[in-house]
Amino acid sequence: MGKVTGFLETDRHDRTYEPASDRVRNFQEFVIPLAEREVVSQASRCMDCGIPYCHSGCPVNNQIPDWNDLVYHEDWEEAARNLHSTNNFPEFTGRVCPAPCEEACTLNIEDIPVTIKTIECAIVDRAFEEGWVKPEPAAEKTGKTIGVVGSGPAGLAAAQQLARAGHEVHVYEKSANPGGLLRYGIPNFKLDKSLVARRVAQMEAEGVTFHCGVTVGKDVSTAELEAKHDALLLTGGAEKPRDLPVPGRELDGIHYAMDFLTQQNRRLEQASLVGERLIHANFKNVVVIGGGDTGSDCIGTSIRQGALSVTQLEIMGKPPEKANKAVTWPEWPRKLRISSSMQEGAETLYSVATQSFEGENGAVRRLNCVKVDDKFQPIPGSEFVLEADLVLLAMGFVSPVHEGMLDELGLDRDQRGNVTANMKDYRTSKQGVYAAGDMRRGQSLVVWAIREGRQAARAIDLDLMGETTLPR
Amino acid sequence: MTDEIDTMSASAANTADLTVKSGRPAAQGLYDPANEHDSCGVGFIANIKNTASHEVVEKGLQMLVNLTHRGAVGADPLMGDGAGLLAQIPHKFFKKVTDFDLPGPGEYAVAVLFYPNDKALRDKCNAIFKTGLESEGLTLIGERVVPFDNSCLSEGVIATQPIIEQAFIRMPSGLDIDSFERKLLIARKVVSNAIYNDHPEAQGDNGFYIVSMSARTLVYKGMFLAYQLGGFYTDLSDPDFESAVALVHQRFSTNTFPSWKLAHPYRMTAHNGEINTIRGNFNWMAARQASVASRHYGEDISKLWPISYEGQSDTACFDNAVEFLARGGYALPHAAMMLIPEAWANNPLMDDERKAFYEYHAALMEPWDGPASMSMTDGRYVVATLDRNGLRPARYVVTKAGHVVLASEAGTLDIPEEDIIEKWRLQPGKMLVIDMEEGRVISDAEIKKTLSSRHPYAQWLARTQIVLEDLPPVKSEPPQTSESLLDRMQAFGYTNEDIKFLMTPMATTGQEGVGSMGADTPISVLSDKPKLLYTYFKQNFAQVTNPPIDPIREESVMSLVSFIGPRPNIFDLQGLSSVKRLEVRQPILTNEDLEKIRMIGDQADNQFRTETLDITYLAERGASGMDEALEALCARAELAVNDGFNIIILSDRMISADRVAIPAVLATAAVHHHLIRKGLRTSTGLVVETGEPHEIHHFAVLAGYGAEAINPYLAFETLVALHAEGEFPPEVDEHEVVYRYIKAIGKGLLKIMSKMGISTYQSYCGAQIFDAIGLDSEFVARYFFGTGTTIEGVGLNEVAEETVRRHAAAFGADAVLKKSLDVGGEYAFRFRGEAHAWSPTSVANLQHAVRSKDMDAAGAQARYDAFAEEINSASEKALTIRSLFDIKPLSSGPVPIEEVESAADIVKRFSTGAMSYGSISREAHTTLAKAMNRVGGKSNTGEGGEEPDRFRPLANGDRNPMRSAIKQVASGRFGVTTEYLVNADMIQIKMAQGAKPGEGGQLPGHKVNPVIAKVRHSTPGVGLISPPPHHDIYSIEDLAQLIYDLKNVNPEADISVKLVSEIGVGTVAAGVTKARADHITISGYDGGTGASPLTSIKHAGSPWEIGIAETHQTLVLNRLRSRVKLQVDGGIRTGRDVLIGAMLGADEFGFATGPLIAAGCVMMRKCHLNTCPVGIATQDPVLRKRFKGTPEHVINYLFYIAEEVRKYLAEIGVRSLTEVIGRTDLLEQHRLVDHWKSKGLDFSRLFYKPESIGGDTPYQSEVQSHDIEDILDRKLIAEAMPALSGGKPVVIDTTISNVNRTAGAMLSGELAKRYGLEGLPDDTISVNLTGTAGQSFGAFLAKGISFDLVGEANDYVGKGISGGRIVVRPSPKSSIVPEKSIIVGNTVLYGAISGECYFRGVAGERFAVRNSGALAVVEGTGDHGCEYMTGGVVVVIGQTGRNFAAGMSGGIAYVLDEDGSFRERCNLAMVDLEPVQEEEALMRKIHHSGGDLEWHGRVDITGDMTKHDDERLHQLISNHLHYTGSTRAKQILDHWADYRPKFVKVMPVEYARAIREMQEMREAAQVPAE
Repeated sequence: MGKVTGFLETDRHDRTYEPASDRVRNFQEFVIPLAEREVVSQASRCMDCGIPYCHSGCPVNNQIPDWNDLVYHEDWEEAARNLHSTNNFPEFTGRVCPAPCEEACTLNIEDIPVTIKTIECAIVDRAFEEGWVKPEPAAEKTGKTIGVVGSGPAGLAAAQQLARAGHEVHVYEKSANPGGLLRYGIPNFKLDKSLVARRVAQMEAEGVTFHCGVTVGKDVSTAELEAKHDALLLTGGAEKPRDLPVPGRELDGIHYAMDFLTQQNRRLEQASLVGERLIHANFKNVVVIGGGDTGSDCIGTSIRQGALSVTQLEIMGKPPEKANKAVTWPEWPRKLRISSSMQEGAETLYSVATQSFEGENGAVRRLNCVKVDDKFQPIPGSEFVLEADLVLLAMGFVSPVHEGMLDELGLDRDQRGNVTANMKDYRTSKQGVYAAGDMRRGQSLVVWAIREGRQAARAIDLDLMGETTLPR
Repeated sequence: MTDEIDTMSASAANTADLTVKSGRPAAQGLYDPANEHDSCGVGFIANIKNTASHEVVEKGLQMLVNLTHRGAVGADPLMGDGAGLLAQIPHKFFKKVTDFDLPGPGEYAVAVLFYPNDKALRDKCNAIFKTGLESEGLTLIGERVVPFDNSCLSEGVIATQPIIEQAFIRMPSGLDIDSFERKLLIARKVVSNAIYNDHPEAQGDNGFYIVSMSARTLVYKGMFLAYQLGGFYTDLSDPDFESAVALVHQRFSTNTFPSWKLAHPYRMTAHNGEINTIRGNFNWMAARQASVASRHYGEDISKLWPISYEGQSDTACFDNAVEFLARGGYALPHAAMMLIPEAWANNPLMDDERKAFYEYHAALMEPWDGPASMSMTDGRYVVATLDRNGLRPARYVVTKAGHVVLASEAGTLDIPEEDIIEKWRLQPGKMLVIDMEEGRVISDAEIKKTLSSRHPYAQWLARTQIVLEDLPPVKSEPPQTSESLLDRMQAFGYTNEDIKFLMTPMATTGQEGVGSMGADTPISVLSDKPKLLYTYFKQNFAQVTNPPIDPIREESVMSLVSFIGPRPNIFDLQGLSSVKRLEVRQPILTNEDLEKIRMIGDQADNQFRTETLDITYLAERGASGMDEALEALCARAELAVNDGFNIIILSDRMISADRVAIPAVLATAAVHHHLIRKGLRTSTGLVVETGEPHEIHHFAVLAGYGAEAINPYLAFETLVALHAEGEFPPEVDEHEVVYRYIKAIGKGLLKIMSKMGISTYQSYCGAQIFDAIGLDSEFVARYFFGTGTTIEGVGLNEVAEETVRRHAAAFGADAVLKKSLDVGGEYAFRFRGEAHAWSPTSVANLQHAVRSKDMDAAGAQARYDAFAEEINSASEKALTIRSLFDIKPLSSGPVPIEEVESAADIVKRFSTGAMSYGSISREAHTTLAKAMNRVGGKSNTGEGGEEPDRFRPLANGDRNPMRSAIKQVASGRFGVTTEYLVNADMIQIKMAQGAKPGEGGQLPGHKVNPVIAKVRHSTPGVGLISPPPHHDIYSIEDLAQLIYDLKNVNPEADISVKLVSEIGVGTVAAGVTKARADHITISGYDGGTGASPLTSIKHAGSPWEIGIAETHQTLVLNRLRSRVKLQVDGGIRTGRDVLIGAMLGADEFGFATGPLIAAGCVMMRKCHLNTCPVGIATQDPVLRKRFKGTPEHVINYLFYIAEEVRKYLAEIGVRSLTEVIGRTDLLEQHRLVDHWKSKGLDFSRLFYKPESIGGDTPYQSEVQSHDIEDILDRKLIAEAMPALSGGKPVVIDTTISNVNRTAGAMLSGELAKRYGLEGLPDDTISVNLTGTAGQSFGAFLAKGISFDLVGEANDYVGKGISGGRIVVRPSPKSSIVPEKSIIVGNTVLYGAISGECYFRGVAGERFAVRNSGALAVVEGTGDHGCEYMTGGVVVVIGQTGRNFAAGMSGGIAYVLDEDGSFRERCNLAMVDLEPVQEEEALMRKIHHSGGDLEWHGRVDITGDMTKHDDERLHQLISNHLHYTGSTRAKQILDHWADYRPKFVKVMPVEYARAIREMQEMREAAQVPAE
């Protein structure tokens, strides 16, 4: 067991960021890792609870107390093994996960949770450094072949699990490189793309074949894939963004956040942008509509691109600074969260709705906004105008894209337009076709996608083989 | 007969056969007559010179009447549990009353016979009896119908009365009387076997039974109350009915069913106590058949089998064994020493000759272990002996007229003091022998000297004994394997938690790890995971009918010695055998030890031949192959024994990817029982070489099913590997790791054995002290015969499937298991681990529900509903047995919920669990109390007392909102003052705790802060130990006494007894009800705890569903149900739980963990570490600030539950909870049980519904009668009224006798109610008494009351004394020597708070046990003096017994050590011995005051305990002289300078440190600030 009184002796101490003034000059990661000694001492704060709420707060059920204890005892290799037994990609979650585990930590009742995410990240970074993370190709092949459509976190996790179970796995990705949102959605300053590439390389060594630049339902028919594979897993994400159909929406300079973020990532990987409409914030007044993580990513990216100003609009009211722990802990509470990007010089306005866009020469110039009440009803007389040269719509995603693959397959969909499948067997309405990740559950966190990918892999393995040793 | 019979276990079925047509019902539902216990009053009067007289018989009967309070009455006030008398054959009488010619005395035998009432059957029995005699060459002289007068009996008893006859049998010429007796025994067995075989219907309780058949003695007994015996058998009042001995017995049985044959005495024996190892003794006696040969019995020996019949009582079996030995050539005292040996193994005080005697006999006979005061006679010898631990009382006197009178208590016969020449008691393991032929009393020392020097036992031992550890090492090595350690560990079910929580601490510290908060995981049969077979076995533990032992503080009686190999011939009386016996000092073998055994045949000069049998089989044969593999294994074992192999090693070393190991315990039990059945078991030793066992419970189960020694090679290999990885501190080397691990197992085994009151491994081995939970009865009958199982479950197929699955996962491709072990998840929640009722979601839902009820009622209700759904439903996961119940509504349809009784009424049935202030913080403790007081439920103090500011009424006279309605009385008696008791609505006697039944609690020194120390009347910083047993409850009649004591102190309070669910708890509860408890709590095994060894949390006790159902059914069958409130607790969480509890029979409901969670507990399971992060289970002021619970949170939770109950009631169609109590007909088994393991469950015995009889209701509806209306204290109170109401001093003179029990308690209660603990000035109520006081004299005596008794007193004098003074001194008329005579009984001053006591004479065992603060002077003590003492001062001006000061953490004792031998009798684990230093001041004072130092008040004595020893001691002895007139005291004081240096001061080490620190602080505070 870890240190019994560690939580009483050691204060919480987390990773810090490079100063905003420095970090906005480039697109590099800016989180400063803790020294190893510090990580060990932070791990000693874990109380090894009889019910570790972190463990269920975490969607992949990381065995947090166990690896905290291992880190405390400086058995990093075993910690890495333990961590990887529940999470295929801790280096991603260790960077971009909002860490519901820390919200669930028993010490968070007193606002001083264990720095779980930092420890997770330290374990996996160390594991890569030491060369402990190696390809784990299956000893025996099953002779089964599985197609995975989409290479976001769900697809990758599923593919890796299935390959390790001995199946021949083919991943179909419409973009030029695998990774989905990990690669194109999340800014590089939050998740360095070399990390994605490193995993992909490991998976290739484990026998996963990536088919990039292939849009299923267009470049290849679903029927063809169904015929070719023993099972098909759809992990295409929930890519249909929520729109803001108000007057002036058609103006130039109003873009979906994902178009903006994707382009920046492609720019960084020196992809050819020839023939594309460029979206860039340099010397612009930027308004980001939407207060979520994507909104934050837009802010950070805009600032790095050299925006004159960035304003973020959120229709919901400003959350309380502190959660009411009595009725929220260990669950995810609504509370004010200031992202690193917001700290870089953006202003966030709450309870604001955009009523129309106005422009000049077909290009957007200003937004007509209004304050709203709790029920999102405009408050008369509170109208105001915001100057904007670039408007980024970051209001989330409604559903997967139906056109093409999904329509072709003719799968049942739920009310929200997601592909119907349950969390036990992940079967869609069509025999042999499975769905997981955002495509099934709607937009969500990377960590949820990993969980679904792993579980779907298990379900497929079980269906194909009659038994499975893949962990959930 | 009902269908239920079909579902019984095999053993129960056998028993049922025996009890058909008897008074006792056959097994039905969960009731099984095999579980019944009895205990009692026992005594005899014997004329040393063998002069027969009628007076002896008369006095015997009179004794019996005076022991009445030790018996019990059941539902029928005229129905006793049985009484009887054993006497010599009254020749003169028979000569007179028979109409045939009797030969001379001693030339004929008398058989006393119970015949069935059925005439035809009786004739048949009689005919067989006659032919039987004839076939054995005996002639019948005549027969006589025994006259009776049954006018004093109730109709119920008369209905079961057998036909009682006597048959007179001539001694054949040429036989001596001993040979005749042997012939009679053989004839008796021949007759009984013939009748029981031919006419099974004659075998019932009231069928054919030979009460006695001897040429020397006869027995009169029956289903009587004590006084009815003499009235019924008119023979006994005939003046010609003469005997030199009368052995009498009055029974207190847990049942109320008349059974004439179960009354004592048996043919030779009357017993007060209980044989805990009966199952093992029974099995070993049966197994012995093949290896016995007797010169005396010759060929006839085969006619004696079976020695005991299945289904007999423990005493009956014991009696059979005594007879078997005695008639086979052993003198009666010799037989007694073999069966109940004293503790010899680690006894430095015993001489080598006697030790050799015991050691030699140990291999012949395993001890019959348990509390026992055994009186026996064969007509020549009268033998009384006490178990090794002295757990039953036996006092005796010798009179001038040459009578010896021995009884469970003093004063049973009114013998003038001047006629008594000796007053003493039986001491632990000691024996009193009267040889009436020689006409003298033989002392323990003499008889044992004679017997142990009769043969050169030491030589015999040296010739035949081999001690394994002393053998030279051998070269051979165990077989090696190429399989990885990890794979093998996985195949044997090792988990990460096993390593982390169990094995590592064991190997590091030499003891088992501690955990908290109880078990909330499903029982193995409901678990999705493959479980080791061990986990289906739950350890049994002693409650009420016998006491657990403290294996640490009373280590001197414990032994792990085991014998391996064939048992020697028990009748080898001349030591002719050259057969070697192999002894191991403890049963866990290192690899080297095992190799010695494997190779033992190669060592010169022994007959051992060892065969190793492989218990693995080909994996490809799968689960279905295990059956065949077991068959083959048993056959191979049998063959090996027949081939002359006499040690069998069962080994799973061959396990590999291709070979599956049969679970080691299954293989062991299968072979063990197979060999028993073949009569071969005692021809071979059984050793197990296995990778499977790794936690202590595993070893216990292996031992319980016959493993004589165990080599856990894989556990060793694991530890060595961990050591290589640097997992242990540097001081622990590789060898040490294994050594400490073995040590920890040994300690753990002792703990598990001691829970059941068993003290030797030898008698634990094969004793099967387990309940099977979730095992199919056919499977149990086949491999674990005799073990109780109630709800069926898995059989061999499923067990094999579990094994195979585990094996496949271990050697398969499972990615998670590739490099690491399974997580476990038993002790802490893990997703991949075991399921838990308290999960992240259930805790969060409950907490959010109770906290947001006032903000968002609907949302909060939804959260509660989600919580309840998770716990109640079996759809996701069956967590409990009850989740597999369906509730059937009444056919009359639902009722509107508005018509159902209100939630406010329902919550009044709720209590919170017993959690001590100390284990939880004041904030948490008071929150629960406030909540319960507000809703009209009850909170419970737990065992640590309560701060007076919480129970004293408020200034305005209102009841204090922080007062706990239930005051608990646990074995530690911490803070149990008279004032505490009078401020209770209910007083709860905690017999056992769900999370650790059979164990005492321990509060480490760092948790004993000054406030807690004050509440507990102890010293800050000094750790506190609660003994495993209540030292005033070793049996059921003792419990009755404690209930009586408490009822006296506070007649308004209900007395509750808390029991833990295990098979047989129902019969215990019936006994408790007859002991007049008002309330009984049945706790499930899953109850919570602040700290407990992990083994106990997981593996002891059973689910409450089984316990409450058995209890309810048994009480209904006994017509006792309406007298007592039944409460169920331990893991009750939801309204549905409450409802099910009620339907199974509960009136009330206890909650502990649930309310704590409502108040903020998050199940950290760190209670034992004081680091509770939510401020509940901690005394750390910083952490306590984090407590956020409120009474409202708790109240909200209780109301959610109550509303849920209402919803169910409405759906069922009833309007109140009372209507569903006991309505098991509304329950049915969930039909969708298709789980691979749980599909075999069968709840029909749980749902059995016996019909109430004779106006009894299926719920509590009447109050107990407590018999406290007309007692001595009423008179004392009346006379003391001026003092009670006005503080005016009074003096009262009165006489007292042994039937006046608990004198002073009620008076003290009255005083404490008015004046609290502070009481009145000394001697305000001064009572002078003469006579022999009954038990509990001066119990809870309050300050201001002084008792001066001239005479003597029994057990429990001054129990819980709270400031009073007790003086007991012998009558000046007496001819005894006071300092050599007993003056007070056992367990004096137990839990004493304060006050003074002066006893002129010697006290019994456990003097001043758990004394908190009383001062006492006594002239000698028995064993275990000052045990667990935490405060006060004890002066012993005479000899002490063994094990003085065991567990003594506080207070001071001064012992006069004249011969310098005290050190050997003192347990030095926690105390130092120091001289009493001379102090000049004292000498000056003595000179100034002319040597006449009188009592100056207590302040002087206890002021600064760090010094003034000389003065303190002198003063206390002066007081003693003053109050008692002790000549001994006078002599000491007169020669102070000579005597002072002979005193030894016994000073607890921790206490010395603490008081020194306190004194320094005090002195520092007195230094004026500069």
